[in-house]
Amino acid sequence: MIEGPVAASSNGSVALRTENLCRHYQMGDALIRAVDGISLQISSGEFVALLGTSGSGKSSLLNLIAGLDRPTSGTVVVQGRNLANFSRSQLAKHRLHTVGMVFQSFNLIPSMTLLENVELPMRFAEVERSKRDALARQALDRVGLGARWRHRPAELSGGEQQRASLARALINQPQLLLADEPTGNLDSHTGTEIMNFIREFNESLGMTVVMVTHERALAEHYAKRMIFLADGKLVDDLHNIAGVEAARGGKL
Amino acid sequence: MKTYDMTELAVRNLRESLLRNSLTTVGISVGVASLVAMLSLGIGLQQLAGRRLQKSGLFDTVVVTSRRDLRNFSREQEENGPAPAESPTLDETTRQKIEHVPNVLEAYPDIRFITELRFEDKPHLTAVAGLPFSARNNDAFDGMQGSFFSSETAAEVILQKSFAEQLLGRTPRTGMAEVNVAELAKPLLGKELTLRYAERVAAPAMPSEKKGAQPGTTGNLQADSGTAYSVISREQTVRIVGVCDLDPDSMRGAARARVFLPLKLAESLHVMQPSDLRDTTNVIGGTPTYTTVQVRVKNPTSVQEVEDAIKKMGFNTFSIVDATRSLRQFFAVLDLFLGIFGSLALAVASIGIINTLVMAILERRREIGIMKAIGASDGDVKGLFFAEAGAMGVFGGVVGVALGWTIGRAINLGTNVYLKRQHFPPEQIWFVPWWLVISAIAFAIVVSLLSGLYPASRAARLDPVQSLRYE
Repeated sequence: MIEGPVAASSNGSVALRTENLCRHYQMGDALIRAVDGISLQISSGEFVALLGTSGSGKSSLLNLIAGLDRPTSGTVVVQGRNLANFSRSQLAKHRLHTVGMVFQSFNLIPSMTLLENVELPMRFAEVERSKRDALARQALDRVGLGARWRHRPAELSGGEQQRASLARALINQPQLLLADEPTGNLDSHTGTEIMNFIREFNESLGMTVVMVTHERALAEHYAKRMIFLADGKLVDDLHNIAGVEAARGGKL
Repeated sequence: MKTYDMTELAVRNLRESLLRNSLTTVGISVGVASLVAMLSLGIGLQQLAGRRLQKSGLFDTVVVTSRRDLRNFSREQEENGPAPAESPTLDETTRQKIEHVPNVLEAYPDIRFITELRFEDKPHLTAVAGLPFSARNNDAFDGMQGSFFSSETAAEVILQKSFAEQLLGRTPRTGMAEVNVAELAKPLLGKELTLRYAERVAAPAMPSEKKGAQPGTTGNLQADSGTAYSVISREQTVRIVGVCDLDPDSMRGAARARVFLPLKLAESLHVMQPSDLRDTTNVIGGTPTYTTVQVRVKNPTSVQEVEDAIKKMGFNTFSIVDATRSLRQFFAVLDLFLGIFGSLALAVASIGIINTLVMAILERRREIGIMKAIGASDGDVKGLFFAEAGAMGVFGGVVGVALGWTIGRAINLGTNVYLKRQHFPPEQIWFVPWWLVISAIAFAIVVSLLSGLYPASRAARLDPVQSLRYE
């Protein structure tokens, strides 16, 4: 098992690393190999897009990195610690402090105001009550929703909801931002707005971003690296592509 | 998550599905209310019976009779102890001996006779009893008007209220037990009564000179002193000092007597007693003999022990300790049953809680997934559901106690209206002690938390990936 801190390189230390990572499901008689022996390494500060058709295993891989799911075999090392060995409560801590997540369907709690939604991770983290309010407002200000803190999610547009969910993902200052189709439910204009926020966090805060998407154009425009998955396997890994037309013309 | 945050979230979650959660809470309230109402009724009835029994002196009185008194001859007497003829007499020496038995408060002879009293030149026939001076401290005389005897031998009487009514020429109405004793006492206190009675006097002279005094004397008389007695009609003027509310049927109040004299005075009158005729051999001895001696015991628990000690001395005893034991047992069983019925309602309510929370898990499955995705631990989720169950328990318990209190009051009120219609005095048949309030609320919380146990752990074990997929 791989444990302990991974030797940090001068420029980018290793943010996460997987080794022969597998996630298999039993569905009736069939064995679904959602993630099937993926080994990869992502450095701190990278902006990585996971691409593939639906069912290729990109979301499953993201869930394993997020600590929402456990691998069937193999290792997934985030910040030098192997999540495969984590207890349930250690995984919860990992989700709370190490990673921040945004989803295609925003996943804000409908009964809570924006402020309460953004504040919620701080409750779990047992941040002092007196500090929470100011921090949550600050986070909402950053995504341009400072004035709408008392609205409930249903009263907002999709883009606004995703911005709020970004604010929530960042509230406990994680090193890793995991985004699962963050623009999937948004029109292209709003999607761009969200992607600009994500890029800004990557560049100004130095966050490592792993984003699942099936839109190649979006990935090419924002990500610096594209990892292609098919049938749970890593099929291609392209570096330094941001802002440049991809060298490969392969259809996906 | 901190407890305060947890509670706050729980309460706001409860407010989200207000109707359903209110209905569940009402369910708990009804359960707690029925528990409180049932138990408060049981406790109230028990206290009522206890008060009645305490006043009647049933708990701490032992009645001692001589085995020579064959009226009380029983199989037990046949089998145990000395034969009646060889058993000791119940006289002053024995009385003093009984008084020295451990745990005995006092032992006094039961002196009673039926006699004629004249009041304002009208004769009245009634039972008169001697009352020990210690009776002044009895709660039986709580409601007495006037004052107790001024001394142990004062020529004073206390009247039972129904006799007072008779003296005033009023016919006691049955049913209306609430007689205004103060009103009765006013015209009577300080007035004088003339008591006519038959005194037994030891004859100093030859027995043959007396006629009709000793028809059936057997040969074993002491020849030297007082071998005969005569009966002389006497009168004694007594002053009414008090009118009491005493229940004439109670044991302590020297059963069924309606006029009370100080015991020492009654003794000194040497009134002809029924036992004098039956037990002629002892009548003319130096010390008086008694038909019955009443023994008051320090506390109800030592009645049996005192009874045994007196039995060993060769006397018959009677107490109602067995009756009270079964009475207490009855109330214990009654309380148990009432409690079980009340708890049943609470059990139904707890199923309501489980149902509501399980429904909430289904409904909020996605929300649980979200919370887990953003860092909630199993403990946080479990705690949240637990807190919701607990909050319902607290609300339900408090409302339930209030409701139960109201129901109990209503039942009490209704019963009293009924009692009044049936011409009975009102009674407090319902009582909510503090411990019941506290423990009912605590019970509601415990039951709610127990009900929350399963849903909470189920919510905590939910798989976040699947929950997030759930729409």
